[in-house]
Amino acid sequence: METLENLTLASHVDAINWNRVIDPVDDDVWDRLTGNFWLPEKVPLSNDIPSWATLTEEEKTLTMRVFTGLTLLDTIQGTVGAISLIPDAVTPHEEAVMTNIAFMESVHAKSYSSIFSTLCSTKEIDEAFRWSRENTYLQSKADIILSYYRGDDPLKRKVASTLLESFLFYSGFYLPMYWSAHAKLTNTADLIRLIIRDEAVHGYYIGYKYQKGLESQSEERKQELKDYTMNLMFELYENEVAYTHDLYDSVGLAEDCKMFLHYNANKALMNLGYEAMFPKEVTEVNPAILAALSPNSDENHDFFSGSGSSYVIGKAENTEDDDWDF
Amino acid sequence: MLLVYYSSSSEYTDRFVSKLRHPSRRLPLLTKDETLAIDEPFVLVTPTYGAGPNKGAVPKQVIKFLNIESNRRHLVGVIGAGNTNFGEEYCRAARKVAAKCNVPVLYRVELLGTPEDVEAVNLGLDKLCASSLKTAM
Repeated sequence: METLENLTLASHVDAINWNRVIDPVDDDVWDRLTGNFWLPEKVPLSNDIPSWATLTEEEKTLTMRVFTGLTLLDTIQGTVGAISLIPDAVTPHEEAVMTNIAFMESVHAKSYSSIFSTLCSTKEIDEAFRWSRENTYLQSKADIILSYYRGDDPLKRKVASTLLESFLFYSGFYLPMYWSAHAKLTNTADLIRLIIRDEAVHGYYIGYKYQKGLESQSEERKQELKDYTMNLMFELYENEVAYTHDLYDSVGLAEDCKMFLHYNANKALMNLGYEAMFPKEVTEVNPAILAALSPNSDENHDFFSGSGSSYVIGKAENTEDDDWDF
Repeated sequence: MLLVYYSSSSEYTDRFVSKLRHPSRRLPLLTKDETLAIDEPFVLVTPTYGAGPNKGAVPKQVIKFLNIESNRRHLVGVIGAGNTNFGEEYCRAARKVAAKCNVPVLYRVELLGTPEDVEAVNLGLDKLCASSLKTAM
């Protein structure tokens, strides 16, 4: 095993007292993450076997490659990324949340293997993993991120981590959302949606901790970190575009996928407290992809746009809150 | 148009609202603190909470504020703040308040909102102001 020279363990540990929470966000995020807990065994992946059989050989290979790429990112985040953030934590509760994030990343990484073992042969699986070790762009994105995890700047590590959680996964997440929009591999898509939901909380939380850390920095240092973030985003973006073309050109989906990348790049920057970078024209995600991601997102909720005449007030929701009785 | 909003200590909703050119009032961060009393038409901006089963989507501070009939009576519409990554949960709090109070969800915005969101909401609130002025006359 390669050693991480600059990675140090926390120098001092006190017994964690959850009855003295310093930052309420730690408590909220812990509840959210544990409330979201799931395992791949709960998703009936085998129902996708007939659907898998309808894919062409090329589509199957593409899907497996995409999933090994996602497996690599989750493995990095579980065994290096989230772990590297523990010594940087400013509260004991943040350390605990990071251990949860690290564990769930390992669940995510394992869940792709559940998909593979349900749908593919051992030979195909081995072939896809071999591809993941040899693909230049995938290896390049892993190298870029790992180099920052190994660095000695805790805030830069958080930037790298947030960009991984909120941006780098999406060239891969695009494909199961595309299949789902075409009524294919819908159980697999259900599993991926659970991962997407987790990554949203991870990106939000690490981005929030970054912004907290930024508060005490000088103006000069804030500018340095902003420049660093934009440069890293640009470096990763260029690689993502090449990776996207490499994967999706053969099926003609690269441009559609890039819209999704831009949209998520903006959200990653916002998770770090920065304004969106990509303009509206290049972030108009295919509505079918957006609907696969969030089933309610296609409802007409832009009352302001003048389409209000067709507006129908939402269906009644079940009451969950005891004190919600006016 | 007056905006009344709740934003947790992560400040996402606060940052979005502060980019709008309409006046706003923030609900207190802590549920135990006294809530606002509003006596003019307003639009509510709310994020969605959710920690799984049996946890409410609507922030407690929003519930406390809306449980006061004299506040609720002036509610014109709701703007949801959220993230599509949460799937079906996306802006659930806004949908829930809208359904209960019989007002429309006016708009939905992700995270800090894009410049296009800010423009659309500013113009939408202008229009809403003009139409509620007409109704008053």
